[in-house]
Amino acid sequence: MRVNMTVNGRPQEADDVWEGESLLYVLRERFGLPGSKNACEQGECGSCTVRLDGVPVCACLVAAGQAQSRDVVTVEGLADFAKQRSTPCGGHGPGPDAGDATGGGAGRADRADGLAPGISISDAQHWQAKPAESASPELAPVQQAFIDAGAVQCGFCTPGLLVAADELLERTSEPSDADIREALSGNLCRCTGYETILDAVRLAAARASEGA
Amino acid sequence: MGVTRIPTSLTQGSHTKGAIGESTLRPDGTLKVTGDFAYASDLWHEDMLWGCTLRSPHAYAEILSIDVSQALATAGVHAVMTHQDLPAGTHYGLEIRDQPVLADDVVRFHGEPVAIVAADHPETARRAAAKIVVEYRELPPITNEAAALAADAPVLHPHRTDSHAAHVPHPNILHRQPVTRGDVAAARARADVVVSGDYEVGMQDQAFLGPESGLAMPAEDGGVDLFIATQWLHSDLRQLAPVLGLPEDKVRMTLSGVGGAFGGREDLSMQAHACLLALRTGKPVKIVYNRFESFFGHVHRHPARLHYEHGASRDGMIQYMTCRIVLDGGAYASASPAVVGNAASLGAGPYAIDNVETEALALYTNNPPCGAMRGFGAVQACFAYESQMDKLAAELGMDPVEFRRLNAMTQGTRLPTGQAVDSPAPVAELLRRVKAMPMPPEQQWITADESGESIDVRALPGGLSNTTHGEGVVRGVGYAVGIKNVGFSEGFDDYSTARVRLQVIGGEPVAAVYTAMAEVGQGGVTVHAQIARTELGVTQVTIHPADTRIGSAGSTSASRQTYVTGGAVRHACELVRERVLELGRVRFGSYHPAWATAELLLESGKVVTDDGEVLADLVHVIGDESIDVEREWRHRPTEPLDPHTGQGFGHVQYMFAAHRAVVEVDTELGLVKVIELACAQDVGKALNPLSVLGQIQGGTTQGLGLAVMEEIVVAPDGKVRNPSFTDYLIPTILDTPSIPADVLELADQHAPYGLRGVGEAPTLSATPAVVSAIRAATGLALTRVPVRPEHLTGT
Ligand code: FES
Ligand code: FES
Repeated sequence: MRVNMTVNGRPQEADDVWEGESLLYVLRERFGLPGSKNACEQGECGSCTVRLDGVPVCACLVAAGQAQSRDVVTVEGLADFAKQRSTPCGGHGPGPDAGDATGGGAGRADRADGLAPGISISDAQHWQAKPAESASPELAPVQQAFIDAGAVQCGFCTPGLLVAADELLERTSEPSDADIREALSGNLCRCTGYETILDAVRLAAARASEGA
Repeated sequence: MGVTRIPTSLTQGSHTKGAIGESTLRPDGTLKVTGDFAYASDLWHEDMLWGCTLRSPHAYAEILSIDVSQALATAGVHAVMTHQDLPAGTHYGLEIRDQPVLADDVVRFHGEPVAIVAADHPETARRAAAKIVVEYRELPPITNEAAALAADAPVLHPHRTDSHAAHVPHPNILHRQPVTRGDVAAARARADVVVSGDYEVGMQDQAFLGPESGLAMPAEDGGVDLFIATQWLHSDLRQLAPVLGLPEDKVRMTLSGVGGAFGGREDLSMQAHACLLALRTGKPVKIVYNRFESFFGHVHRHPARLHYEHGASRDGMIQYMTCRIVLDGGAYASASPAVVGNAASLGAGPYAIDNVETEALALYTNNPPCGAMRGFGAVQACFAYESQMDKLAAELGMDPVEFRRLNAMTQGTRLPTGQAVDSPAPVAELLRRVKAMPMPPEQQWITADESGESIDVRALPGGLSNTTHGEGVVRGVGYAVGIKNVGFSEGFDDYSTARVRLQVIGGEPVAAVYTAMAEVGQGGVTVHAQIARTELGVTQVTIHPADTRIGSAGSTSASRQTYVTGGAVRHACELVRERVLELGRVRFGSYHPAWATAELLLESGKVVTDDGEVLADLVHVIGDESIDVEREWRHRPTEPLDPHTGQGFGHVQYMFAAHRAVVEVDTELGLVKVIELACAQDVGKALNPLSVLGQIQGGTTQGLGLAVMEEIVVAPDGKVRNPSFTDYLIPTILDTPSIPADVLELADQHAPYGLRGVGEAPTLSATPAVVSAIRAATGLALTRVPVRPEHLTGT
């Protein structure tokens, strides 16, 4: 069968898709977007988390056909998505439609450089994070925060966590620890023990509120 | 060559600071957060086929016949291979080559590979594999010690020629290591208090998130290029080449992105299968396991049964200990001999005990093969000896922490192997520190705000299942400490190779570091760049992808890479620096007497004296030369343990961590919530404090998993019951508490920068600390991990 959808703002089409192929397989193997990960393919680990019409889903549990004519955002599109959200007029190009869930984003500044002097992030950090001067300006704030907080080790869980954390921060500008834990409870990480992931989300939230 | 998503060099920009001791950020961080990092499962080639494995449904069976005709006839299938089709070597193994690449006339464990298929779509390959008809004759499986050692037990590996075969009391014992020291009988006679106990540790899985995967490409010279996620490229290579019937230089391996390892990638998984199919079909072949297959595709942590006895005098001094540790190695050897060595030599724990009789052994059974996992051998022992410490303290009426501190080893203490611990051993201090850390507040589920108090069920055992609002919830606190060796022990030639090149690029001195070290997430690439910056005074460092064109870096295991490959990088940098200074003396020596007389350093792109006087710019000294050094580097040698007494200089270094666990238990439902798991660890020198913290917290969490949730359940028929993340539970962010860490840095003078391995120690003591806390809350004996709700409710 043929499947069409919008992925990260761009129309995508695949032919000869098998009945049983998941959205994850189509993203990874047919659209050349391997950023979404395949740690379990059973809906248990969250490493494949993407936004489907704004809602975080496990792409391994969505049949490719179910994504027909819908909007998908993957980790590869997260930076653009965040930029768009922080530009009230929507910027340029076919914007990803975040459904009903975009409310919290408009006030957040796009602090991709993570440098902003004077930000008090001491509650959010237990260490002296070095400003990442090599930081690419194309990162979403939550991506930069994951790097700065040491939330990335092997990184296999990271794409799914980023998509989930970004969605949390979109809804909730000042999440409590319990909120963060709840929002990320479907995402397994085997390397970090989650502390630095919590730090990263706290850091992204703190930077956003300082910048607002 | 048509392959995409292969690894690239990692360069950090010219303004990156970060010598050793600083929390420099990962050079691969940006790639990993954008989804651009090339993991092995992301590899892709336009012509590639997908490989698939057919595995045994039985734990022990004879193979009577295999019919592949229907599978071969399936449209889209390019090859089907069985044992009959192997071109050369038929077995592999880390130390003992006892594991068939594809089963021949017998399968020895549930999930053993029997046939492999290559097809143009992964689903085609899976369906074709299902059409292979294998006729089995089931045999009664050996799944425990009694069955393995029975007089009439079938011998699972009848024609053993390995080095352990001669000294084991039964051919189903893979390796046995006794360790004896002092006079236990005499000490027992004078002990005032004796406690003994039987303990059991379940089979834990590494559960790295990135599944086993790789892409094999046939090459024009008849060789093969393999892109692979592994822990040790050269160990794979040594096992692979004979199986493929190729010289090692025709098997070229490149490390692809690795999604965690924790020991589970030390053995071969799909490496040989992908290469065999690629050579057979003449096409690139990719194999990616799904989670189900991953549970069968790698070894696990040895389940263990441990019997311990300790005797102490009234004043609280331990007089002797004995133990017998039986590890289930499963069907094949894997890393079992080394696991036995660790259990035997470290079985007494970090305590000064003069009279010791220990014995550790690994069995061959028809259970899944067990091998390397974080802390191996020492993890199992630590659960048992720390349980004993609590029991002894209770018997003596002493505080469990003070009792441990009283008996803690110190620098100079001899291990039961007779080896003196010749670097700091701050065991008592770690216990003191972890105990002194502030306690989490009582009843932390009650939150107070303007509208009064409310209950956050998320902070209670049972969480959002809303099973309690605090009724029946009891708090417990428990402590534990452990000892783990760093690096490969018992006389293994444990070396690494590094190549460092310094040249001027774009007007700036740039260092390039090239090793075969497997970056599996631990942050070795970060540390290598820090070492190069420290030693060469540059800011820009490029990390070359790891491959087999350079010499071995050894394994990313045993907490050894920062020590050994870090040591190799430092050594190569020192030699580069010497060459830079020679060049400088030739070019500028006549301008300043300090070139000849002073101690010279490279700092901030300049040659400076130890007084800080600048003699020249590095750029001018190097000019258009490229200074390039490749060297092997070894830590000081160890020696094998005596096969009868266990005496010997077996280990190169030790690491120590202590934990305090605070738990809350819903005693009615048997639900446990770990509230906090504080850790104190000595790391010698924290080369990258942020990475050290990540290792401590990650290791602690795996120990927590073993304490209360993680176990591969093997049925009495030898079959694995829970090969999925639905049924094999690892800690989620809701299960994992806050993990405050207190990091001590007492230099080990034998090690580069005084550093100590870090990654494994926290996995040891987390488990017994959590169980000790649950005991404190419930009053139950709890001698088995993982502790399950039914152990707490008695149902
Ligand atoms: S891969 Fe989709 S949830 Fe694990
Ligand atoms: S699984 Fe490796 S960083 Fe999370």
